[in-house]
Amino acid sequence: MATRYFGVAMKRREDPRFITGRGTYVDDLTLPGLVYAAMVRSPHAHARIKAIHKEKALQHPGVIAVFTGKDMVDSGVKSLPCGWLLPDMKLPPHYPMAVDKVRHMGEIVAVVIAQDRYTAEDAAELVEVEYEPLPAVADGAKALQPGAPAVHDEAPDNVCFRWSIGDKEKTDEAFRRAHRTVKLELVNQRLIPNAIEPRAAMAQYNPATDEYTLWVTSQNPHVHRLLLAAFVLGIPEHKLRVISPDVGGGFGSKIFLYPEETIVTWAAKQVGRPVKWTARRRESFVSDAHGRDHITEAELAVDEKGKILGMRVKTIANLGAYLSTFAPAIPTYLYATLLSGQYEIPTIYCEVTGVFTHTTPVDAYRGAGRPEATYVVERLMDRMARELGEDPAEFRRKNFIPPDRFPYQTPVALQYDSGNYEGALNRALEMVNYKELRRQQEELRKQGRYIGIGLSCYIEACGIAPSQVVGSLGAQAGLWESALVRVHPTGKVTVYTGSHTHGQGHETAFAQIVADELGIPIEDVEIVHGDTGSVPFGMGTYGSRSAPVGGSAIVLSLQKIKEKARKIAAHLLEAAEEDVVFEDGKFYVKGVPDRFKTFQEVALQAYLAHNYPPGLEPGLEASSFYDPKNFTFPFGTHICVVEVDPETGKVKILRYVAVDDAGRIINPLIAEGQVHGGIAQGIGQALLEGAIYDENGQLLSASMLDYALPRADDLPSFEIDHTVTPCPHNPLGVKGIGETGTIAATAAVANAVMDALAPFGIQHLDMPFTPEKIWRAIQTARTA
Amino acid sequence: MKVPVTVTVNGQVYQREVEPRMLLVHFIREVLGLTGTHVGCDTSQCGACVILMDGKAVKSCTVFAVQADGAQITTIEGLARDGQLHPLQEGFWEMHGLQCGFCTPGMILAAYDLLQRNPNPSEEEIRRALEGNYCRCTGYHNIVRAVRYAAEKLRVQA
Repeated sequence: MATRYFGVAMKRREDPRFITGRGTYVDDLTLPGLVYAAMVRSPHAHARIKAIHKEKALQHPGVIAVFTGKDMVDSGVKSLPCGWLLPDMKLPPHYPMAVDKVRHMGEIVAVVIAQDRYTAEDAAELVEVEYEPLPAVADGAKALQPGAPAVHDEAPDNVCFRWSIGDKEKTDEAFRRAHRTVKLELVNQRLIPNAIEPRAAMAQYNPATDEYTLWVTSQNPHVHRLLLAAFVLGIPEHKLRVISPDVGGGFGSKIFLYPEETIVTWAAKQVGRPVKWTARRRESFVSDAHGRDHITEAELAVDEKGKILGMRVKTIANLGAYLSTFAPAIPTYLYATLLSGQYEIPTIYCEVTGVFTHTTPVDAYRGAGRPEATYVVERLMDRMARELGEDPAEFRRKNFIPPDRFPYQTPVALQYDSGNYEGALNRALEMVNYKELRRQQEELRKQGRYIGIGLSCYIEACGIAPSQVVGSLGAQAGLWESALVRVHPTGKVTVYTGSHTHGQGHETAFAQIVADELGIPIEDVEIVHGDTGSVPFGMGTYGSRSAPVGGSAIVLSLQKIKEKARKIAAHLLEAAEEDVVFEDGKFYVKGVPDRFKTFQEVALQAYLAHNYPPGLEPGLEASSFYDPKNFTFPFGTHICVVEVDPETGKVKILRYVAVDDAGRIINPLIAEGQVHGGIAQGIGQALLEGAIYDENGQLLSASMLDYALPRADDLPSFEIDHTVTPCPHNPLGVKGIGETGTIAATAAVANAVMDALAPFGIQHLDMPFTPEKIWRAIQTARTA
Repeated sequence: MKVPVTVTVNGQVYQREVEPRMLLVHFIREVLGLTGTHVGCDTSQCGACVILMDGKAVKSCTVFAVQADGAQITTIEGLARDGQLHPLQEGFWEMHGLQCGFCTPGMILAAYDLLQRNPNPSEEEIRRALEGNYCRCTGYHNIVRAVRYAAEKLRVQA
């Protein structure tokens, strides 16, 4: 098969609608008779609801209805489910609206439905809620202290779960015989995702057919449908259609089933009119699932030769007030299983305590557990290299898993399929001209200038699978993907994928795969996604799974299409099926390429079925469910070069170099874009971002004024390259690239900043590295 | 109480009656049905709602519809002329300057404003000019390239 599209940096087919203002996001939609919902949210982090008075709001002109949590529960609405269960995990109920108590600032206590947005917001202020404020705790470590206010009666000590992985005794033993050990206390601060499109939902109920339609900002509309229908609202699954049209970024935050879409869907039936809700940004800050929030003690042990003997990690993971859809998986199976990084570590032991606090729930945010793991591993590697007086690049190189050791079984469950870590490291070192850079750093230090060079050699695990294994680990869902390929009589093709694009460019990248496999022009391929009414089923897009899992499902369906088409072609060519070759969109008899039938001719015959193989069904379409054999394991090395101004504490990124290996690349333009965006979010965590709660559980960083997202002038241009180690176990050889940047960048920047501050004797600071924090640390170090 | 406003949007004159408190962005999106202009925040930080008002970039979430009475407005829908993409639109497409597309209309119109003032901006000038527009997808790398592409094309055309 001649490759014409795979690997080509094609510009995106979806872009014309976005650059001309013709995208269709949920808030752009309207319906006849549409009314609007405004949420009444708790100003308290923890309070008993004594009474809710609706009267004033109901009397406000234009208000249609006011509902409370009690109204929903009384009508039979159930708790929002959690999709990942750990042994002995506490699972307190999470109703769409608070019933008796509120447990975090911003929790919904009532909803006002009114004829327009402004009226609904006005009337929301007229709902009178009598609260009895209660003591609150926002910090994960403080929530574990005796006497801390309990978030749930079901978990009086605020412990949701205690979980561990690895061999404790073997690891303790490794530390006992270690030549040298280092220990770091790390805070991986809480982040707020901030997709630029706020979440939104619009629902319609048709009493004549008993059918609901929900338009929602979702990364996985079928998951939304299943959870809403089967677990929460009790709607027969086939009577609920969920449509996720253009979505303005997700980064994890649009995976989960949230209270708002539940309320809107339920309310549409109650008021008999379609209802829409769109988050104001302040609502996004308090209601979109947050990310990270770990407090970790991490230790590394080496022998006399500087070879790693073991790693010991203890983490407190703040889960927030309720368990969001996949919350328990993030700080456990998506975190501790990555602690081996790129290194041969004979033994690892990790303990994680999942803790309830009076804060917004925490769940997957770009990278989801893997950036946290990389931060632990790569900070430890740097800290140990410094302890040993070794170059951080050489210390890493010495401890890499060598290329001939794959498949490599780590001590924390994963089996890496392939890797060539030194290749990526060498390329990155070459790109920054490492030796010369170190020399310049030395030179500039003499002039009182503080340059820092930070490395991050990361591993990622994406396309979490196979389903049977994830099921045994607690997942309440399979993690395969589906694809339906429908060939039309004219040979045009529509692909219905269970993946969902919210910026990833599937309409281009998937079409490149299809056009190549079928030997047809890319213009003949349409990719459909995001609608449970047309796509058979789908697990959606997160965890960098779309290319390796979603893409592979498409390939399986294309193989079925080609098999059937070959039968039809053989009949038309009056040849034996095994003698028919398919190449460049033409079927021909082996050795006789000028006697052929085009793919389009065969497609037409599949639907005419006039001149047709006996016993073969007409039509040409195929559906597949691809369940991966294993995760895929992208890896790479990122190097960040910073300068710290000791007078102001400001960090300036001088260079950022990324070498990633995501296997075969379908579209380099899109892949590089994914890396850029990922790096920006990783840098954001290192330098700028952080959710701040006060003692009372008030979110102080609750607007874009108070929470610093990276702006254009905060970031440099990036220098990107990649190596290619194909994934050996999926048909495309791809691994996924959506999160690599975020996983790598935070640690690279942190290591660079610490390298710059090394002359002051500063060994560790917690992120974000704001000018004030750095300036204070330098002042303290200078006076010490 | 509603008050009359007359605005010209993308060359077409609209006369409507609106509440005095109605934001211009809601007027554009919900009254006129031009949904290419987006709302990403409520504190005038994100820039998704940037439009051109009398030739200058403004955040339409910080302007009341009544303040636009008599104004000439261009939204993203009005930027292409006679089916020809504006060089900025072309640049964003060619250079992969967008992913989810949500910030794109505001980003393009903010860049339009920059190129009117400075036809040959450096990378640093582009980054500074766009600091009022958030993008969470691209890391701005390709947005900078897109603006440079457009600047060059516009200079050649001029």
